[in-house]
Amino acid sequence: MKARKGLIFTVLIFLAVVAAGAQTVTITYWQYFYESKVKLVDELIKKFEAANPGIKVEQVTFPYESFNQKVAASIPAGEGPDVITLFYGWLPMYVKGGYLQELPPAEFNKAYFDKTYYPFVAESVDFGGKYYSAPTAVRTLALIWNKKLFKEAGYDPNTPPRTLEELVTYAKKLSKFDAQGNLVQSGLLMQPSGQGHSWLREVLFRQFGNLPYSADYRKVSYADANGVAAFKWYTDLITKDKVGYPNFATDDVTAFKAGKGAMNIDGSFRIATLNAVKDLEWGVAELPSYKGIKSNYASYWTHGIVSGTKGKKLEASIKFLKYLTSPEVQELWLERVGELPATPALSEKYKNDPVVQPFLKGLAYAKASLFVDEAGQRTVFVDMIDEVVLKKADPAAVLKAAAAKEQAIIDNFWK
Amino acid sequence: MTLATKRAITAYTFLALPLVFFICVRLGPMLYMLVMSFSDWGLLRKQTRFIGLGNYVTIFSDPVFLQSLGNTMRYAIFGAPAVIAISLSIALLLDLIPKGKALFRLIYVLPYITPIVAVSWVWRWMYLQPPLGVINELLMAIGLPAQGFLNSPDQALQSIMAVNVWAELGYCTTIFLAGLQTIPKEISEAARIDGANGRLLLFKVTLPLLLPITLFLTVMEGIQFLRIFTQVYNMSFQAMGGPLNSTKSAALYIYQKAFTNFEMAQAASASLVLFVIIMTVTAIQLKFFDKKMNY
Repeated sequence: MKARKGLIFTVLIFLAVVAAGAQTVTITYWQYFYESKVKLVDELIKKFEAANPGIKVEQVTFPYESFNQKVAASIPAGEGPDVITLFYGWLPMYVKGGYLQELPPAEFNKAYFDKTYYPFVAESVDFGGKYYSAPTAVRTLALIWNKKLFKEAGYDPNTPPRTLEELVTYAKKLSKFDAQGNLVQSGLLMQPSGQGHSWLREVLFRQFGNLPYSADYRKVSYADANGVAAFKWYTDLITKDKVGYPNFATDDVTAFKAGKGAMNIDGSFRIATLNAVKDLEWGVAELPSYKGIKSNYASYWTHGIVSGTKGKKLEASIKFLKYLTSPEVQELWLERVGELPATPALSEKYKNDPVVQPFLKGLAYAKASLFVDEAGQRTVFVDMIDEVVLKKADPAAVLKAAAAKEQAIIDNFWK
Repeated sequence: MTLATKRAITAYTFLALPLVFFICVRLGPMLYMLVMSFSDWGLLRKQTRFIGLGNYVTIFSDPVFLQSLGNTMRYAIFGAPAVIAISLSIALLLDLIPKGKALFRLIYVLPYITPIVAVSWVWRWMYLQPPLGVINELLMAIGLPAQGFLNSPDQALQSIMAVNVWAELGYCTTIFLAGLQTIPKEISEAARIDGANGRLLLFKVTLPLLLPITLFLTVMEGIQFLRIFTQVYNMSFQAMGGPLNSTKSAALYIYQKAFTNFEMAQAASASLVLFVIIMTVTAIQLKFFDKKMNY
């Protein structure tokens, strides 16, 4: 008798738990650890949960370096998140690996992306008419400079170089050397592994009259005469003018923060980082043009839903993803992180903000490279610059070999 | 059941536990790895097929893998003998001093007990280019030109190797010192009475008696340098084993294949190659020293 009562009791408790569970859905959200983003999302989750009773969101973060390892190890095993934020350059890899599911085509279709987002976003999230992710914010590159070092060199601290020719003149004058000829203050920080590879890939090649890739990014075409000229212009800054070199004072961001670098090419995501440095007076300007040609590199982090998410969780995930990409969140993202709204209309009111404006201008004509193996393709660029800088190899031959190497990576992915 | 059998059963029971552990966490995964090295297992592929020796063909036609194998051999061939020679010299000198032995021993062992990641980063900063690196500042203070160190494809490997030699010294010196203390005083006294001078004593008595320990340390250090990973991972920029793959060890290559490219099967094949190399080198060392030991 007693045993039976116990059994009934257990069953009742079990049913109660199941019923309660049915009422609240808990979804897991993953992003990499970037302090301002993590803090903001914690707040967003609170607001979202208040507006959507019955949905709980758990945020989990990983360091940037190990993010893809976690994803690759967890999602195929069905252990991963429901909603995930990934770098757009990883999208082809995620889509090919089957990690993401198609967003509901009724709402997330070509018309929606064309209407809502910048053209480069709409292009780079489109996988044969299927859409797997949507972003909140986008970033571009700009020239940033240290006003104090400009004053020291006799330059007007509020007038940055506007063209590549001016950039070289400024960079030379702003570089300082010790008695032995070692660089002690870099006029222009040269960090291919940072934003340098993107500056060369999407900006310099195009400014020198080269088209670095075919429209679908499946054919590498930067190894022509114009490409070589651009590449040589970049490496000459390091080998001939000696205004900077890779890993000077550990890396470009550290050097700029420490006042050891007068100018740098960096992204809008750095705004919050640089604002946090005391006594650093810095300015932002549009990337220098060349022969009247302007170009920029844009990138973004984008939100997707993992392939294993189903039923109630899927519904909740779609709601959360829509919230993350909403105009309200896009504006908060700019205020708190520094990344620009992915919807052009929302930027209107910031067009006079001195820090935000140069990045916004770049968005109008920016390209987002379609990577298939972001780390591998970046390494090709870092290595080709090292070949010329450290091994004194011939730029034309190096660029040709690098193009073949990158082509092999792309071909291997699509085969 | 006799008492002896009972005891044996008890002993076997205790021994079985580590054995089970060993089979589950070492042998099992190793066999799995061996099998998978013949497949095309990759985290981005939805299906896994067996492709025979395909992965071995792939990695052996990858110039980066060959370079990483070459680098690994360079770490081992120059690094391990350097550690043995220097630590033996230090131990012999320490054995001579009457006072302060404990203090010196502590100083030499400190790098070994410091976490390798911390050691790597401190050295990475010391190796920096002017105006930041301490070592270059010192060089310039005495009128020498600043060096590239980790930034130079010709010096980076040696720079990392030197740090590892420095860190391993503590361990080897301690073992050598312990070895020196086991040499009976009577033997050296007898040799001295027979008229042996210091040099003869060292080469004919002390060193031959230290041979078993030297063998042990050579094998251990050989393996240590062949497996070098943490130092390279932390001291090369963005953990890439650069500049231009000049410091990339086989272990780092395996790690990148598995966790950056997600080519698990290729990583498995490369691991197996490294395993065979370590086994061969160790076997040769054992054989070589075994013969000489019967002096």
